[in-house]
Amino acid sequence: MAIDIKDIIKPENLVYSKSSLLTNRPMHYCPGCSHGVVNKIIAEVIEELGIQEDVIGVAPVGCSVLMYNYIEVDWHEAAHGRAPAVGTGIKRLLPEKYVFTYQGDGDCAAIGTAETIHACNRGENIVMVFINNGIYGMTGGQMAPTTLQGMKASTCPFGRDVQRDGNPLKMTDIVATLPGTCYVTRQAVHTAAAVRKTKKAIIKAFENQKNKKGTSFVEVVSTCNSGWKMTPMESNKWMEANMFPFYPLGDLKNE
Amino acid sequence: MAKIRGAIVVDTVTCKGCSLCVEACPTDVIRLADEVNGKGYNFAYMFNPEACIGCANCAMVCPDSCITVYKMKVEETV
Repeated sequence: MAIDIKDIIKPENLVYSKSSLLTNRPMHYCPGCSHGVVNKIIAEVIEELGIQEDVIGVAPVGCSVLMYNYIEVDWHEAAHGRAPAVGTGIKRLLPEKYVFTYQGDGDCAAIGTAETIHACNRGENIVMVFINNGIYGMTGGQMAPTTLQGMKASTCPFGRDVQRDGNPLKMTDIVATLPGTCYVTRQAVHTAAAVRKTKKAIIKAFENQKNKKGTSFVEVVSTCNSGWKMTPMESNKWMEANMFPFYPLGDLKNE
Repeated sequence: MAKIRGAIVVDTVTCKGCSLCVEACPTDVIRLADEVNGKGYNFAYMFNPEACIGCANCAMVCPDSCITVYKMKVEETV
């Protein structure tokens, strides 16, 4: 018996749709960008926990600077790298609110290294989401502190030379050693299974904040297909082959 | 025997044709269309609708949240 597609597409058969917290504005991210997936996951988590009225997000400088256009919660914009400091202030003044920061690797691991480390060391009760694509995506694919050894970027076209440029920085491993953090994990969003795991991690991070356990730090190893000069599918494969050996996925700290 | 049938609806206006859903589909349902949308992207569509099982993997990896997934149980009558 042939079933018409129109018989399947009915409201009672709905299994997955766009989160109601996401606005209808088309995202400005490049096709295939991991930012879109992580924005979607955060919107879904806030919707599932039913805390839309109590969430304040701190947007960074970088590709996700316009994130306030996409998720229907309260937002605060921070100067470059200062999202954890701004988040600290908001959380101390309004301790009953849920505060999360969302930063890229140029923001969190380069200009904002001090703010990141000190916020984690003080154990500020906030959620920090760190998108690591190993490159400065917005400004044209320059080398970042997280750029892998030998990885090509527009300011190191022959690959990162450790003798000249130093070693890549594992921000997540650094904050995992600090006593203020309660939950430090590294995830990815390249497959549906990885998306589900990342969603669970972000749910856990928000629950830790509810239970006043300390800083929860969620790194998402991401792609930047425009900056890497690859197609979205190629960049996912490149990330699996090159990024994951240096940035292995999994929980680094779970207290 | 009951069979699971799924279907997806792609918002062709916001689809950017990144083809991550094509890769994520376990039953090879989705392809990129030859025609383009208003932004000039080859949007995704159901090339092989009979094979869809409604697993929602495509919608999970979609960065632009432009896929809606439906699923129903079908009693097969021979």
